[in-house]
Amino acid sequence: MVNEVNIDPKSRADWPATSYSKPVIGATGKTGSWRTFTPKIDYDECSRCRTCWLHCPEAVISLDEDGTPHIDLDYCKGCGCCAEVCPKKCIAMIREGFDEEESA
Amino acid sequence: MKTELMSANYAAARAVMSARVEVVPAYPITPATTVPEQIALLNETGQWPGQFIRVESEHSAMFACIGASSTGARTFTATSSNGLLLMDEGLHWAAAARLPIVLANINRSVSPSWNIHVTHDDSMSKATTGWIQFYVSSVDEFYHTLIQAFKLAEDERVLMPVMINADGFVLSHTLSTYDYLEPEEVDKFLPPYKPPHWVMDPENPVSHGNIVFPEHYMEFRYAMHEGTHNAMKVYEEIEREYKKLFGKYFGGPIDCYKCDDAEVVFTSQGSVAAEAKDAIDELREEGYKVGNARMRMIRPFPVDRIRELGSRVKGFASLDRSVSYGYGGPVASDIRATMYNTKHRPIIKSYIGGLGGRDMTVLDIKEVILDTVKAVENGETGSEETWHDLR
Repeated sequence: MVNEVNIDPKSRADWPATSYSKPVIGATGKTGSWRTFTPKIDYDECSRCRTCWLHCPEAVISLDEDGTPHIDLDYCKGCGCCAEVCPKKCIAMIREGFDEEESA
Repeated sequence: MKTELMSANYAAARAVMSARVEVVPAYPITPATTVPEQIALLNETGQWPGQFIRVESEHSAMFACIGASSTGARTFTATSSNGLLLMDEGLHWAAAARLPIVLANINRSVSPSWNIHVTHDDSMSKATTGWIQFYVSSVDEFYHTLIQAFKLAEDERVLMPVMINADGFVLSHTLSTYDYLEPEEVDKFLPPYKPPHWVMDPENPVSHGNIVFPEHYMEFRYAMHEGTHNAMKVYEEIEREYKKLFGKYFGGPIDCYKCDDAEVVFTSQGSVAAEAKDAIDELREEGYKVGNARMRMIRPFPVDRIRELGSRVKGFASLDRSVSYGYGGPVASDIRATMYNTKHRPIIKSYIGGLGGRDMTVLDIKEVILDTVKAVENGETGSEETWHDLR
């Protein structure tokens, strides 16, 4: 049973002595569902400086070859670090369920 | 096997050598200090080939133990009193991570008031962590129980950490003979540790300690409870094997002395329990039917043994060198709770004594036992607990 992961044990006899998981994407489900505020990048203003990519604590920001950032909203928890560090201040944090116009 | 003259602390360091422990993270605290000090010396002189980690606190010591044990290394540490309390978070963690760490706790009073002598409050306050707990009464018992502890902790049916408690100064700094075993001799008893569950391995990475929500959390806690429970029967097997191999036996979870026909049995933990044998001998000569039940194991609690004893005796005189403040003696309370689910109702007198290292002499122990003998004769349970020798 060493380092074998049983995701859905049928009975307690099949359970490991203690909990552990393989490093896979979404081991604990889509953590993006925890989000209250969603980051929205204004690509017209974005200078492709990669500061947001460097600071994202969840590493959910990927870059195109030219440095254009994309945020994976399946796993972004909406912490707002990217918006905070953005030198151009072009990442807005929008409350979930509101669109830009409504929140403004 | 060769007989040597040493303090319990020096002998504990030799147990680390004999059991081929691989990692010892430790932080010094009186009276445990000479345990890591001796291990460091044995390391520097090449007698113990393991890894000694100098850490900045007991909290770090326990978490370094957790890291080391997670890689599958046999791991040991030693501490006392406030040091054990600083490890608290790690103690809970080690138990739930099912890591077979062995810890030597040299019982010392918790401050304030500052006092380096024995009280069992430090370890008794850790009785609900999941750690298996032993209390020993001699240097020889300390050394051999430490070796047995690795086998017990590493057994797949148990997989729980083990704490061996020895009274500060009375044992830790008092020289006595013990029988040392070479690592080659211990090999036939204690094979290398092979983790039967997850390991920290860069070649095959897993993450441990991750989220387990309400639908699964309880089952892992039940598994811990089972593991600690299983330690009772597994330890009995281990003791039988140890006796066969090395001729050493310390009496099981409860070491009974003259209990067979006893009407009143004295229970206690640690060095007092050895002193009590002399008290029993003297009282027997004076015509009292009394016996001594030395509580070696308090977690898991020896429920069956207590019930068996409780079905025969008229009274327990139960001495705790510790207090659960606002209730009473922790082990006396467990004995009372254990007897409740039976039809037997022996008088169970709770005594608090010997706190802060105050001497519990043969005369003190006789006084305690005779108080229970009197209660049995009168049929009166008396006060909830009695503080012996309280000014």
